[in-house]
This record gives sequence, structure tokens and C-alpha cells, in this order.
Amino acid sequence: MNVFIWIEQHHGAANTASWEALGAARQLANELGGQLVALIFGDKVADLATQAIQHGADKAIVADDPTLQAFRLQPYAALLVQLLQSHAPHAVIFSASNTGLELSAYVAAKLGVGLAADCIGMAVESGKMMMTRPALVGNLVATVTFNGAAPHLISLRPRVFPMPTTDSSRNGEISAVQVKLSEADITTKIERMEEAAINEVSLTDARIIVSGGRGLGGPENFPLVKALADTLGGALGASRAVVDAGWIPYKHQVGQTGKTVQPDLYIACGISGAIQHLAGMKTSKIIVAINKDPEAPIFKYARYGIVGDVNQYVPALTAEFKQRLGQ
Amino acid sequence: MSDITHHLSLITYMNIVVLVKQTPDTAKLSARLDGLQLSADGGARIVNPWDEYAIEEGLLLQSKYQGKVTALCVGKAEADEALKRAVAMGVNEAILVSDAALSNGDSLATARALAAAIRKIGAVDLIIAGRSSIDGNNAATAVQVAALLNFNLLTYVTKIEGIDLATKTMRAIRAIEAGRETVSSHLPTVISVVKEINSPRYPNFMNIKKAAKAVIPVWSLKDLGLSAAEVTPQVTWSLTLPPGRTAQVELISGSPAEAAKILVDKLMAEKVI
Ligand SMILES: Cc1cc2nc3c(=O)[nH]c(=O)nc-3n(C[C@H](O)[C@H](O)[C@H](O)COP(=O)(O)OP(=O)(O)OC[C@H]3O[C@@H](n4cnc5c(N)ncnc54)[C@H](O)[C@@H]3O)c2cc1C
Ligand SMILES: Nc1ncnc2c1ncn2[C@@H]1O[C@H](COP(=O)(O)O)[C@@H](O)[C@H]1O
Repeated sequence: MNVFIWIEQHHGAANTASWEALGAARQLANELGGQLVALIFGDKVADLATQAIQHGADKAIVADDPTLQAFRLQPYAALLVQLLQSHAPHAVIFSASNTGLELSAYVAAKLGVGLAADCIGMAVESGKMMMTRPALVGNLVATVTFNGAAPHLISLRPRVFPMPTTDSSRNGEISAVQVKLSEADITTKIERMEEAAINEVSLTDARIIVSGGRGLGGPENFPLVKALADTLGGALGASRAVVDAGWIPYKHQVGQTGKTVQPDLYIACGISGAIQHLAGMKTSKIIVAINKDPEAPIFKYARYGIVGDVNQYVPALTAEFKQRLGQ
Repeated sequence: MSDITHHLSLITYMNIVVLVKQTPDTAKLSARLDGLQLSADGGARIVNPWDEYAIEEGLLLQSKYQGKVTALCVGKAEADEALKRAVAMGVNEAILVSDAALSNGDSLATARALAAAIRKIGAVDLIIAGRSSIDGNNAATAVQVAALLNFNLLTYVTKIEGIDLATKTMRAIRAIEAGRETVSSHLPTVISVVKEINSPRYPNFMNIKKAAKAVIPVWSLKDLGLSAAEVTPQVTWSLTLPPGRTAQVELISGSPAEAAKILVDKLMAEKVI
């Protein structure tokens, strides 16, 4: 029972979450007694095949073509469907990035097979895969099992599964596969791409997030939160209340209608901890809350708390970190 | 002349379907969590918050290009409340797909029912969905509808730059991890929208009255020409309560400088910095 892992790449670099997913897929393949095969689609991405093997794959299949340079559903899905039909693996693993969620759902529908999206746990019990994932804004845990035909498609939430170690002495077979569609067959065209700022840490990948809420009092105080985030090399987050108030753009929103994040450290500054905010961050490894109200629900989820004024305590923290980190 | 105007009105007419799910109201959920008495299907229900943006976008496009907006929902009988909300916002038609065989449906079963309903509605140009549902949160259903209908798909749309009904093309901006992508696509296309795209309107008095009187048609699987076997779920979800939180917060007191020093010590010791 072989396991396939789809490696997501951007400009020829794999995203970290794909390697995490590969680590989990390696374990799954071991438990199912099968091989782990990495699928790599892109333009000039041969390098990634070697990297996939060094991260733990047994084999790699590479589709290298200019039509695959940036992700587009049509050519990627056509290739994937063909590969899954001809190789019939038991399971296919994706990282639950926007792209991974989309490709896995689309291909599951094309093949008429089951999908477990955004999973945070994976186990095999007497040969049966049991996936866990949060349900109902994190208020419940769902165990997802597959009833139908293989392949079973699974996406894994970023930053939940550990990064596998690499072994540069590992060898594996690398094979090439031809694309299914030519440019003329593809009916979506990317006309322009405005890349995210290079020095901006993305919320979903961040190890450290510092978030601000209405407790800051006004947009003029948001730089205090940003200064702490920058000092820690972390990403900047926000509650919906301040996004709606226009203090900070939507892309920073954490929560049910924003991003789901899972950093090692989440510092909530002047955020009450509404259920919809918690839904996006409560599985962070360590939560620190700074809030003047000792009854604020965020303290129920925090490991460390300071009851006090954010506009005093946040700058003090920034200053202390700066000193300790030698900045 | 009348021929030409007739022709023009044909090509500027858009048939839009908005996918609307009814979900639990998470704002009411917190109270229900006390004593861990949470039932997955009890409690107040609302239009999936993301889908309000989908409805709004349908209405905005309709006023720009002319056409019809139909809200479509797969759900239990009470989901007609969500569709009435869509009518109150201003959609022209609403259809509920309801069948006992769909009650434990996974995203694929739901997508199959939605796709069959869209085929029955007829020549659709654009399908608009929310980015994800707050209960299922698979971000899968609309994607799968596109797969089943062989329509193009643009997810995470933040702006529709334009639609050319003569050439059946559209251009939109998508927010993806790597940045902002401007992309063109042939119609029919399925799009999923994110919050940035618009701000959903509040229903006006006239439409609220209309919604109160509306009788929402209900289509069964039989009406869609589907058998129960075709919507057999491929996955099963079993729900449990998450483990209770045992850890207590450790409160740090002192002046800002004192507390900062203690907290930084602790975080350094936790090795998260
Ligand atoms: C359908 C739906 C979806 C939603 N989605 C999201 C979502 O994705 N993300 C999200 O965040 N919210 C979401 N919300 C909104 C959510 O319910 C809350 O309204 C929001 O999270 C509150 O933001 P806040 O904590 O910044 O503000 P408040 O709840 O107003 O809290 C401010 C906090 O700051 C504290 N404070 C005030 N002054 C100070 C001070 N000087 N120093 C220290 N502390 C201070 C207060 O004690 C209070 O706890 C959603 C709501 C709904 C209904
Ligand atoms: N039962 C349903 N009826 C109508 N539309 C739905 C249904 N379920 C999901 N959708 C649509 O698909 C989107 C994604 O849902 P999900 O895959 O559950 O995250 C939602 O925002 C809706 O627009």
C-alpha cells in the first residue's frame, strides 16, 4: 500500500509545510508497509526530487514543464488524476495550504474518492487510517475515516507535524512524466502576480505571532505590537474587531473568518479571546495574553498572562527582548 | 433593430448561482459550551458568514451586468431560513435541495447534489461560493462542484475586475499565499470569495417582506435524477469533545519592566524564542 506525497513549490523552492507533510507521509507508508513516492510538478524543479528523497521519500516522479511554472488547477489536476489512476496508491498526502486544499478537493471529486482536509493527527489502527481534525470552530474534534475506494486524499495542517530530518546519503529512483495539457488546452491564464513582500513573515508559516486587538485603543498604537513582532522576527496578527475598524488590513486577521495559525508562541495584546478568535489560534504551543481584564476569556487558554495596560507592557516587553537578543 | 437589441440583451444577461450553506451560529455557541453541553446540530443557525459575501457579490454583478441570481442550498428543511435571508438580501430565486439521504453527506456528496441542481437550473455563467464553511471548514465543496461540472475555478477571489459576456471571459484577483494573482478565465467559472471582496448589505424592508412570504422550492434527489448510492459519503466523521484544558494560566505581576523581565526569562526557558 503505497503513499504519494505532493510537494508544493513556488519558484522552484518547496514550501516547508510540504516537507512536514512528507515526514508524516513517511510514517504512514511505514505503518502501511508501502513505499513513499513524491510527486513534483513545476518548471526546472529536478532538484526537488533529490531533496524529497533526502527528506525520506523512496521515489520521486517529476513533471517538468513551463506550463507548470506557477500553480494552475487545470494542468496540475490533469497530471495528478492520470498519475493516481495509473499508480493506484492507497493514500495521497498534501499540505493544507490554500493550494493543497484546492488541488486535493478537486482531484478527490474527479476520482470520486474520500477527502480528509486540514488534519492535525494521523494514525493507523488495524490497517485503517484514522485522521483527526478540529470541527465546529475548534469546539469539537472529528475523527475522519474512509469508507470508499482508494486513493484516500488527505491534507495536513501546516506547522503541526514535525519537520523530518534529512539524510544526504539516501538514494531513490527518480522518473519523469510528461504533462497532460499544452498551453493551448488551458483556459485560465495568470496575467500578473504581485508577490508578497519578501521580508514579510506570513502568518501561516510563522513560528512567532504577536497580535493586537481593540484593547490597543486606536490604530496609532498598533506600531507597538508591530515593534514586538519585528523584534522577535515574528508575524503580525490582529482580531477581527480591529480589522473591521480599519486599523490594519484583513490579511492580518486571525480566527474563524481569518487565518488559522499554529505558532510556537502567540502573544495576544488587548484581545478578549472571543470564540471566533480562539478558533484560529488556540492550538498555538504557548499563548501569552496581555489584557487589563483578569476575566478575559483569553486567559483560559494562555500559558502566561499579564493583567495590565497593553500600551505599557508591550513596549516594556519589546525593550526587554531587544536587550536579551542583543539588538 | 429589435433583433439587435434582443441579441444584446441576451449576451449581457448573466445567470448566477450562489452557494449558501446554513451553519451553527458560533456567536451563540460559546454559551452552549458551558458544562460541555455542546451538540453539533443544536442551537441557532445562520447563513455561513463567508456566504454572505458570495450573495453580495452576486447582487453587485447582477446590477452591473443584468441577470438573475439564484441562491442554492443543500440542507435540512430548516435551512430554508438561510435561503430566506438570501431572498431578503435581494436574490431573485432560492432553491433548497433536501433529502434524507444527504443528511450525513461529506463534501463530495453535497457537491454532487449541488452540481445536479445547477445542471437542472440550466445555462449558468458563474457560480459564487464562500471561501469555506465555518462548521465543515473543508474549503472543498465549491471546488468539487467545479470538478464535477468541468467548470473553471478561481478560489480566494478578492476582486472581480471584469466580465465580458460576449467573449465569455472574466478577470479576477486572487489572494493566495504567494501574493496577489490577476487571472483570466473562461466562463462558466466557479469562484470562491473572501471577506475583502465587499461588505454584505443589510436586507431592506421590501425584501424582508418578500422573504417572509417566499415559499422556497425543495428539490429531492429524485428531482435531480440522483440515487442515494450516488451520494454515499466517502468519509465518516465521528465527533468528540476535545480534551479539557488542565493547564492554568500563570499570571505575572509587577511593573512593566519587572513583568517583562520575568516573562522573557520564562519564554527563553521554554525555548520558543
Ligand atoms: C461570524 C463571526 C465571525 C468572526 N470571526 C472572527 C475572526 O476571524 N477573528 C476574530 O478575531 N474575531 C472574529 N469575530 C469577532 C469576535 O466575536 C470578536 O468580536 C472579536 O474577536 C473581538 O476582538 P477584540 O478581542 O480585539 O475586541 P474586544 O472583544 O473588544 O476585546 C478587547 C479586549 O481588550 C482589553 N483591553 C481594553 N483596553 C485595554 C488596555 N488598555 N490594555 C489591555 N487590555 C485592554 C479588554 O479587556 C478586552 O478584553 C467573528 C464574529 C462573528 C459573529
Ligand atoms: N450544503 C451546502 N449548500 C450550499 N452550499 C454549500 C454547502 N456546503 C458548502 N457550500 C458552499 O461551499 C463553500 C465551502 O464550504 P466547505 O467545503 O464546507 O468549506 C461554502 O462557503 C458554500 O458556499
